[in-house]
Formats: sequence, structure tokens, C-alpha cells
Amino acid sequence: MGHFIDRRLNPKGKSLGNRRRFIGRVRASVKKSVDESVRRRGIADVDQSEQVSVPAKGISEPSFRHAAQGGKRQAVLSGNRTFRAGDKIQKPPGGAGKGRGREGSADGEGEDEFLFMLSRDEFLDIFFEDLELPDLVKLSLKEIAAARPQRMGYTVAGTPANLSVERTMRNAIGRRIALRRPKTRETQALEQQIRELEARVPADEAEPPELIKLREELDKAQRRQRRIPFVDPLDVRYRYFEMQPEPAANAVMFCLMDVSASMGEREKDLAKRFFVLLHLFLKQRYDKIEVVFIRHTQVASEVDEETFFHSRESGGTVVSSALNEMKAIIDARYPPSEWNIYAAQASDGENYRGDSATCAARLKESLMPLCQYFAYIEILEENEIGLMQSDDNGMELWRAYRGVADDWPNFAMKRIASPAHIYPVFRELFVRKGGLVADV
Amino acid sequence: MSKRSGTVAPLFEGAEWNFDTIQRVYGAIEQVALGDLGLDVYTNQIEIISSQQMLDAYSSNGMPLMYRHWSFGKHFMRDEQLYRKGARGLAYEIVINSDPCISYCMEDNTMALQALVIAHAAFGHNHFFKNNHLFQQWTDAPGILDYLDYARGFIARCEERYGEREVEQLLDAAHSLMQSSVFRHRRPPSPSLREERDRERERLLDAERAVHYLWDRFDRSGPASQTDAAAQERKREMDLPEENLLYFLERHSPVLQPWQREILRIVRNIAQYFYPQRQTKVMNEGCACFVHYYIMNQLHATGQLSDGAMLEILHNHSNVLTQPDFDDPRSAGLNPYALGFAMMQDIRRVCEAPTEEDHEWFPDIAGARDWRGVLKDAWANYRDESFVQQFLGPEVMRRFRLFALSDDSVDPFHTVSAIHDERGYHEIRDVFAHSLDVSVSDPDIQVIDVDLLGDRRLRLRHNRRNGVPLDPETRDATLANVRRCWGYDVVLTETG
Repeated sequence: MGHFIDRRLNPKGKSLGNRRRFIGRVRASVKKSVDESVRRRGIADVDQSEQVSVPAKGISEPSFRHAAQGGKRQAVLSGNRTFRAGDKIQKPPGGAGKGRGREGSADGEGEDEFLFMLSRDEFLDIFFEDLELPDLVKLSLKEIAAARPQRMGYTVAGTPANLSVERTMRNAIGRRIALRRPKTRETQALEQQIRELEARVPADEAEPPELIKLREELDKAQRRQRRIPFVDPLDVRYRYFEMQPEPAANAVMFCLMDVSASMGEREKDLAKRFFVLLHLFLKQRYDKIEVVFIRHTQVASEVDEETFFHSRESGGTVVSSALNEMKAIIDARYPPSEWNIYAAQASDGENYRGDSATCAARLKESLMPLCQYFAYIEILEENEIGLMQSDDNGMELWRAYRGVADDWPNFAMKRIASPAHIYPVFRELFVRKGGLVADV
Repeated sequence: MSKRSGTVAPLFEGAEWNFDTIQRVYGAIEQVALGDLGLDVYTNQIEIISSQQMLDAYSSNGMPLMYRHWSFGKHFMRDEQLYRKGARGLAYEIVINSDPCISYCMEDNTMALQALVIAHAAFGHNHFFKNNHLFQQWTDAPGILDYLDYARGFIARCEERYGEREVEQLLDAAHSLMQSSVFRHRRPPSPSLREERDRERERLLDAERAVHYLWDRFDRSGPASQTDAAAQERKREMDLPEENLLYFLERHSPVLQPWQREILRIVRNIAQYFYPQRQTKVMNEGCACFVHYYIMNQLHATGQLSDGAMLEILHNHSNVLTQPDFDDPRSAGLNPYALGFAMMQDIRRVCEAPTEEDHEWFPDIAGARDWRGVLKDAWANYRDESFVQQFLGPEVMRRFRLFALSDDSVDPFHTVSAIHDERGYHEIRDVFAHSLDVSVSDPDIQVIDVDLLGDRRLRLRHNRRNGVPLDPETRDATLANVRRCWGYDVVLTETG
């Protein structure tokens, strides 16, 4: 008789553990190809699975085996057409051994390289390895919006739904052993003995003393069984839960960008790459994430993604308008008690004269206390990057922001000039700093 | 196709399958397999799995449970890659030598394929596993899953206690010696699961107070003399020479912890479990193919299989059983399925309708009529090498147009040493039988000596057969692994 079992609903990914071990083993080379591929990729498809190749050297599985050449060998082959015994067949030049090697391998796997696919999650994990969000958990938990029940041991009172059968029975067994409650098996054995004796003793004779003794024993045991219950209310235990505050697991990301005429396609593209990275990174860490796009010229407005990156505006540049807009949106929609607020601002550094001080003040006073992190990216011309080596030089806005950075550890600023800079700069901004915790 | 007695309705129509239909078809197959062929099988446990799960099963040698190691991950990724690209299809089934006998069937199979697979795996392979003497003697079908479960648990505990890295390195070393760690000639010591557990516990408990071989020897008064007699004595005590490298390291390595010895033991036990399968590829597949072919034809003849289903089955059957010619780009040597099946069919033919030639070649079975008995006897009592030696007849050699090729590395040419003619039959048979002998195709490597009181250098010897050397690159890497387990210098000499 055969048994049929439908295993299709069993958990897949039995090999995940082995896969993880394998990737761990080739981590260094995988990391290198991941970093390379990110530089190469377009913005839209950073978030994709990736084929990587690692050198086969570190992952070979050696064993004692025969060399391909040398010695005398014999083999049987099929499909003879014209050969006769004693025929000699010239070996191919170059000593390629007998037979043909497989010309190129069908699986595309070279001798020296091992190719495989990284899934999207694995890719991102490696991509964001060693990176950390500053102040991942909200610093202030004054207003706790959510609480979740969490197991906190056992209690003697509770609802039947929370009854812990295992604990209860464990206590019951312990108590029964301690109080020496006769086992059912024992009383049954006594009964059996009595029945046997009764059968042997004729009805008219007096009962032998051992029968009487057995009866007494049985009676005693049964009374004891009744007195000591199988499960006593004392034994009963319930699982106990306590409500634990849930740290806010939602994040909102503000993307601020200058779209005035001075920001060309190149600058916007660089800014977008940075925003995309930040978004992906936040997505790895938070359950839910919302993105708010604010663009500004001399006035700021909230727009959708398409407009944000692609439509052109003309006008002057007043950076503080964007900061004001951001503050207004936070007040209206994102109470900081419930949301982790991140902001990234991209600009070419131009600002209306005199406005930069306003920006710095606004940041210091109203925005930085609300934000988990604020990153400022200044996009330069390729040829400017050499001139701007030092952080001390720069235009008015840069200098004003320097003041903010000095006061707030969760404010970061960097300059980029080409796509190749973005990833290193991103890493630098978010690199895991040993033990750095913002002073609360 | 054979005539239809056609009063029975077909068991199924169309490609879709469901559990009711499979159950019904299984019943019909079972009737033929047990009633007509008289097979003797373990209880079947047939599991339907998805392609993803099939890939999972691939990566751990087809076993449903296995300890964790990166190399399985590597195989998984390679198989997955090949499958996704469409470079390779997946097997229709995997069958495990266990009691109950577990076979995996893919959910993507059509009903006709499921029938084929059940006949092939759940009856063909199953019968072979249960009856072949190698499997009976060398593997423990009822215990294997328990053992693997124990192995996985033990190795996971070791990883927790001693670190993943530590365990991984040891497993790397053990895996590379796996092929050289089977008992080829003497029976392996086969303790039960309970004994295994006791042994593990004892080892861990005794770790400190265990009297080690080394220290034991030191206690004796006076230095051991370096005479031949002492060396002889020493070799005798260690059962040298020893062909099972992991067994030797497990018992005698001066540097391994008890848990490390246990891991070596697990790896070599698994190697031993798979050894019979490596020795019976042709027979095992031949048996399974013969069984499915016979059963499917039987079901078709009684009308239980529709013509459409039968055509699909034949199509798949002949796909698997193709033997490309030696110069065909698809050729990868002789196909064990094709050859095994052809030999089984030939045995039946010799029993039923022998020719003059058959009487000369197979006097014992020619015209024996009871081909079922002859086949079952062959399946039970031979392995590939002896089976070919005994049953490969001229008819099959002519059909495959076999020829033997010899190659001496000093010559600039290959020589055709025999073809399928009167003078060549015997030589072809010998060469082919020899090439199927695993103990010949695996390198013969033995521990020959070690002086534990002296330099502790472990001496290995490779006995070259016909002057075939070891591949130098993998040899050195593997020796490094031996060194890791031994802790002292290891040298390998090649002789012959």
C-alpha cells in the first residue's frame, strides 16, 4: 500500500541556510561585484536581483581523483561504424587526451569562475552591509501610539484560552509524585489480584486473610486517589502577557531639491540616484515608508515623483521656502511621535543672498529637533570638485550649513560631482559608527 | 502495440492529475508489479513536491534531511541557475533508499508521467533497493533517515558550541576525503542508532579521562625500539594498511577533539551509504526501466492506459533511453539507462526465445522460460561489474555497436582494441565490466604507516593502476585537508 503526501505547501527554501553559508564564504568577492554593479546600473533597476561571479578557487571541492592524462586506459564506446580491431586513431594535437573535451560549457560556467544569481534581498543586504541608520528607533517615546502583547512568563490566573497545558501537567505530575498518589495501573493490578483470588476461593468458604488484606489495600489506595486529584487547581498555570510599547516603525522621507534653472539634467540625475539609494535603504529597515517630494525655486511646493524629477521650473532660488514647506507638512501630517523623519536635500549650492542664514536658523530651531537625520548633498561640476577639496570653502549655503553640522550630529553634508561618487558618499554618510549614540 | 482486450475503461484521460487518480493508478500498477512481476518492495511513500523543492532535494544528494554546509548551497545555486536558464530540466523523480521508500514526484508532471514515475521509482528502484545484496549488506534503509536526523542535530549543536567556521573547515576536509573513505572489502562496523548516541555521549564524557593511544604508549617503560618488529607490531595494532582514510583519522588522529571525530564518522557513514548506489548504476536504472516498461505495456494491453497516455510515456521513455553515438556532440559515454534496459530486455529474450548463439553464451538461462526468476536473481545477486561480466551478450553489443578503445599516454594514437565481432565480444565485455568497477575507477589510496612515537608523519600510498597518476592540483589540496585532520606532516607516495 502506498502513502501519498502532498508536500507542495511545505516551506520552500530548505536550502536557504546552505545558500547563506555559501554567500558568506564568498562574501568578499560578492561584495566587490555588487558594488561594481551598483555603479554601473541605472537608477530604476538598482533594486534588482543580480548575477554575480566569484572566482572558483575559494570554493573548489578537492578530492583524490585521477589525472586526465597519463598511464594506460581503456574505454568502451558505442556507435562504431567503420573501425576495425587494430585501427589506430591519431590523437588530436596538443595532447587533449582521448575523446573530445566538451567544447565550451553549456552552463556558461568557466573553469575559473562560478556564476550565480543573488536574489533582490540578498543583493540589498550585501549592498547595505555595514550601513546603519542613525537613531534607528525613535529617541522620544513619550507618546506611545501602539502597544503589543508580549509573553512574560506564567501566572496562576487567566483565561482558559491562555491555559498552558504543558506547565499545568508538569506541576500535576510533580505533585502526584510528591504526594504518592497511587497510579491507576497499581489499583488495576490490585483489582486483578483480588479477582483472581476470588475465583480461586469457593463461594461457601470464608475469605482467606490475604484477600482481606488486598481489599483493604485497594480501598486505601482508592481513597487516596480520590483525595489527591489528578489535576488540582493548584497546578493550573496560564501564559501571561504584558502590553509592551511598540517603537514607531514608520518612516517618512523628505526629498528636497532645488529645481531652478541652474539645476540641469545631470544634477537632477545625481540627486535622484542619491534619493533612490536612501529610499531603498530605509525600505530595508522600516515596515512602512512614505516619501514626500518638495521642490523649490523661490517658492516651494509638494509634488509627485514624476514632476519632481522631470518637470522644469524657472526662477530664483530661495532654499528656506523648502524648509518651511517641510515644517508645514510635518505639522500637518507626520507627528514626530509616530514617525521617524528623514530628510535629504540636494542642491547646487546657489541661494538667494541672505537666505542661507535663515535656512540655518530654521534648521537649528525647528527642523533638526524633529528629524532623525538630515543629509545635505551639494552637487558640483566635475571640474569644481578639485577646487572644493576642503570642507571649509564653499558658497554661502554650504558655510551656513557647516554651522548646523557642528551643532547637530545627525546632520550630514557631502559634495558629489559624478555618479561614481554617490555610493561612496552614501556609505560615508551612513556607515556604522562604533557605539555612536546621539546624546539624548 | 499489442492487442487490446479492451473491456476495461482507461484509468485516466488527459494530462491533469489529482490524488484520487494517482491513488487509482497506483493500485493498478501495484497489481502488475506485485501480482505479475512478483516484486518485493518496501512500503511506498510518494510525495508530491514543487520544482523549487526538487531543487532543494537536488542540492543535498536527494536526501530529505541533511546537515548544513556551504557546498550544498553551491550545488543548489548552480542547479537553480541551470534550471532557470533552461539549460537543464529537472528529474521527474528522486527516490530514496529508505524504509518506507520515499519517492518524490514533481507537481508539473502530467498524469501519464506520474504513472511512469511511480512504476519506475516506487516499484523498480524500490525492489532493487530492497533486494540487491549490496544494499542489504551495506546500507540500513530503515535507519537512514533517523541517522541523518541525528547527524544534522549533532552538527548543528557543534556549530553552536564550537562555531560555524570551525565546523565548516572540518566538514570541508571530511568531504574532500569522502570518496576515499569507504570500506570496499570488509564489512563496515555498523552500530545501531542507539549505539551511535551512546558512543557520542561516552566520547564527550570521557574526553578528559580517556587514555589516549599516545599516552598509553608513553607509560610503558623504555623507548620503543625502531626495529622492523616494532614497526610490524605498530602496523598490526593500527590495522594498517587502511583504505578508509576518515576511519583511520577518526581513530588515530592525535589532534582531533571527540566531537571532530564524530563528525568524520558521520561523513564516512554517509559515504558508505551511497557506495552501493555508485556500484549499481547500470543495474539499478536497468531494473527500474525494465519494470516501468513492462508495467506500462501491461496496463496499455488491458486498456487501462489510453493510447495517448501510452504514446506520451513511450516518448519520455525513449528520451531517457537514447544512446548517442560516440561522435555525437550529446554523447557523454555509455548511458546506464539505455544499456541497463537493453540488457534486461535481452535476458528476457534469451529466456523466452534463445538463438544458437545464446545457448552458447548463456547455457544456464537460455530457454529457461522463467525470465522473472532469472531477472530477480540477477537484480539481487550482482553489481554492475559482475552483472556485465555475466550477462552482457553479443546481441546487445551488436545493437549498440560497441567498440573498445585503448590509450597509452606514450603513444601518439589511440588503438581500437576490439569491435563487436566474434573475436572482440569477450574483450569488450571485460573492458566494459572493468570500467564499471568503482574500486578500479576510484584511486586506490591507503594509509601505510605512521610512527606515533617518532615524527608522527602520516604516510599514504597511491597504488597506480596501469600507471594512471593522480591529478596533481586536487591531490595537493586534498593532502592539505588530510594534514588539517592529522595535525602533523602527511606524505603521499605514488607507486606502480
